[in-house]
Amino acid sequence: MRSTWIIFKRELASYFATPIAYVFIVIFLFLSGIFTFYLGNFFSRGQADLLPFFNFHPWLYLFLIPALAMRLWAEERKSGTIELLMTLPVTVTEAVLGKFLATWAFTAIALGLTFPMWITVNYLGNPDNFVILAGYIGSLLMAGAFLSIGSCISALTKNQVIAFVITVVVCLAFILSGFPLVLDFFKGWAPQLIVNTISSFSFLTHFNAISKGVIDLRDLIYFFSLMAFWLFATAILIEMKKAD
Amino acid sequence: METMVEIQNLCKHFGSLVAVDNISFQVTQGEILGFLGPNGAGKSTTMKMITGFLTPTSGTVKVAGHDILQSPLSAKRRIGYLPEGAPTYPDMTSAQFLDFIAQIRGLQGLNKRKRLDEIIQRVNLESVLDQPIDTLSKGFKRRVGLAQAILHDPEVLILDEPTDGLDPNQKHEVRTLISDMAKEKVIILSTHILEEVHAVCSRAIIIANGRLVADGTPSELESRSLYYNAVTISLRAPQQQAPEIRKQLLNLPQVAKLETLEESPSLLTYQLFPKNKSPIIAEISQHARERNWKVEELHLDTGHLDEVFRTITTAH
Ligand SMILES: Nc1ncnc2c1ncn2[C@@H]1O[C@H](COP(=O)(O)OP(=O)(O)O)[C@@H](O)[C@H]1O
Ligand SMILES: [Mg+2]
Repeated sequence: MRSTWIIFKRELASYFATPIAYVFIVIFLFLSGIFTFYLGNFFSRGQADLLPFFNFHPWLYLFLIPALAMRLWAEERKSGTIELLMTLPVTVTEAVLGKFLATWAFTAIALGLTFPMWITVNYLGNPDNFVILAGYIGSLLMAGAFLSIGSCISALTKNQVIAFVITVVVCLAFILSGFPLVLDFFKGWAPQLIVNTISSFSFLTHFNAISKGVIDLRDLIYFFSLMAFWLFATAILIEMKKAD
Repeated sequence: METMVEIQNLCKHFGSLVAVDNISFQVTQGEILGFLGPNGAGKSTTMKMITGFLTPTSGTVKVAGHDILQSPLSAKRRIGYLPEGAPTYPDMTSAQFLDFIAQIRGLQGLNKRKRLDEIIQRVNLESVLDQPIDTLSKGFKRRVGLAQAILHDPEVLILDEPTDGLDPNQKHEVRTLISDMAKEKVIILSTHILEEVHAVCSRAIIIANGRLVADGTPSELESRSLYYNAVTISLRAPQQQAPEIRKQLLNLPQVAKLETLEESPSLLTYQLFPKNKSPIIAEISQHARERNWKVEELHLDTGHLDEVFRTITTAH
């Protein structure tokens, strides 16, 4: 795990070595603001909470997270550094974890920088800060799940654009499977069990539950097992295809 | 001598392409092994299998007794590797990059500092430490790659085309660096530059189409050359004497063949090939003395590696 930590540090620092980090953070904050204040009717709702803010996160992440994750492995492949990394005394698992955790930490930093939003609601009213905290936790977990998918798909290709597009599509599927419209479509003919299964795979179902302030163990398990699954798949793919 | 690298029946297939075909060899302490072969011969593929980046289709690799598949981490700790093209993280500065490698290699604290200073000095990186690797010249990038490979003082050093793309001065620098490290390590380096083999290697392996086709010291390989022990003689004599001189030279018991290189009005130059590659220079010089020839030049050929290389690699 020492190696994971060392790779984590290198990877996180590499975000800030280029303008990527700053561009990402600015876009993230800017879009969060637009979504919340304009589309989410933050003021006219007259409620002291951050629900409109969190409600847009799945959509925000749908494009921003794949953009972050696409370079995880595709870039190592393209620049040939994967050969360097994989011939150092480091296991694939350590490398996969270190890189993933660094990107996750980076999204945590971006998310953390939305704190003025939290200050604003507290200034305007009396929100339930526990619910807001839950929202942040849920959002971070969802970001992790998106990232783990992106990590796996980035491991498949050296082309970052392809990695981006496929990740968006897969993540979209994970969002839409909880969408009322999609579920209604299945409800028409599929047994309830299947509808439930499909909906239980959705980010939305679990994220909405958490962001309403209900931190249920099942939702946590959902996100963590999703991440574990995709990271495990990443490790297997890297192991099998590292030199292709 | 201790065997440091042991390769047995190594094969690698890419689909239907056989990139490495049943290669076996051993390298012992103190050897600098040159991997020779035309482009696409399978040099890099072999090195990638030795360093654990590629999994062999079949065969085994042992580094200091550790099987690269069974105990990859122990084997990798003993290897320093410069992949082809010396890939590094372009956004990092040389100092950051080397520090990262040092940490991964388990160096810490004062020990790490000392080791980094030593290596940075050894490969002359002081002037570019705080520059992003991206912005460095090819020569400096290569040095960063080399520094990375020797940072942990590995027992086995594997260098894939370490001088490729460098200018003659840079090539010379890298070769000096390699020769300086020879005593302490086993070094395997690949190249398609033949002079390099002479300059640095104590042993050479020639690979063609994935197969090992020759293995020996550079001199042994050269002795396979048609030119081995051939003698070039230049003498001052009027051109009309040329037929007589040629006849005399060909009549020497060990001379098999004569080739005329030059017959100008006052200078005659011939190349003489021995029977069975035996030494003929003494015989020729004695004959020249007895006849009072005015010898301008008498030159013994030790063989041409490039000719051996061409013959061997095109025959397979
Ligand atoms: N990942 C790969 N997939 C398919 N073919 C490959 C791969 N890597 C190398 N090859 C092929 O294997 C052969 C040997 O390549 P390589 O070991 O790089 O040669 P060398 O280093 O001697 O120039 C070449 O024909 C090359 O095209
Ligand atoms: Mg090569």
